[in-house]
Amino acid sequence: MEETFVWIVWVLAATALFASGLAVVLFHNPFYSALSLIVNLASLAVLFLLLTAEFVAAAQVLVYAGAVVVMFLFVTAYLGGRADAPFAGGRTLQRLAAIVAAAAIAVEVVVVIVLAAGDRLNEVPEVPESFGSPASIGTLFLSDHLLAFEVTSIILLVAAVGGVILGSTVPPHHHPPSRGER
Amino acid sequence: MAGPGIAAYLIVSVILFAIGAFGVLIRRSPLIVLLALEIMLNSGNLALLAFSRHAGNEDGQIFALAVMVVAASEAVVGLGLIVAMSRLRADLDVDKLTTLRG
Repeated sequence: MEETFVWIVWVLAATALFASGLAVVLFHNPFYSALSLIVNLASLAVLFLLLTAEFVAAAQVLVYAGAVVVMFLFVTAYLGGRADAPFAGGRTLQRLAAIVAAAAIAVEVVVVIVLAAGDRLNEVPEVPESFGSPASIGTLFLSDHLLAFEVTSIILLVAAVGGVILGSTVPPHHHPPSRGER
Repeated sequence: MAGPGIAAYLIVSVILFAIGAFGVLIRRSPLIVLLALEIMLNSGNLALLAFSRHAGNEDGQIFALAVMVVAASEAVVGLGLIVAMSRLRADLDVDKLTTLRG
């Protein structure tokens, strides 16, 4: 019973994942693309929950759907109609090459997974109830992975400062030519 | 573990990665290229979590959280660049940004 239920949830989540992923890529309007990304991230969070990664699923929804997508929507609104760029090239060759390259990546890795690792991946160990819970992730972050935790904070700080500088510097030729100063 | 095995999650992750790569290759709008990049990073996270479950070890989840931070930083810097491009009145089209071409 539980087995069937998990399968149903998994198939629904995977279908929503692919559909919304294609929607992100294929919508002409970046606004709709960003909204589809929310669906994409939510169905991905469902898969994370099935993999018993509760904390990562929660962080995914908070960080992405809550912050990153909202930032995308703000920038889309700021750019207005100029953000609606069409598809690549207009040259059919480029589109065909993109389809072939993406399909090649998918087929290659799927074949490798099925042929080389199919049997070995079937054994999944039993894990304790606390696997992936905020408490155990927090303990790991503040004990074994303290350096990664601190480096993470520095990366975020640098990115925030960089974003402010990129956003606030007025390009030189935008100053009025004669301002009277210097 | 009830439901599909680890290989099924890995295959989902690979197909999602291919969708993201397709988006990066086919779109010209830098905004949508960034969105497709986020999809690719997320599919990497799914593979990390699947292997973490397979190994019965939470270190993979720590790695996934670190990747999430990198993705957020990349989005901030990428969006900053796009806003700077739009202030320079440059075309928002990755095919036309050819200043660095040799």
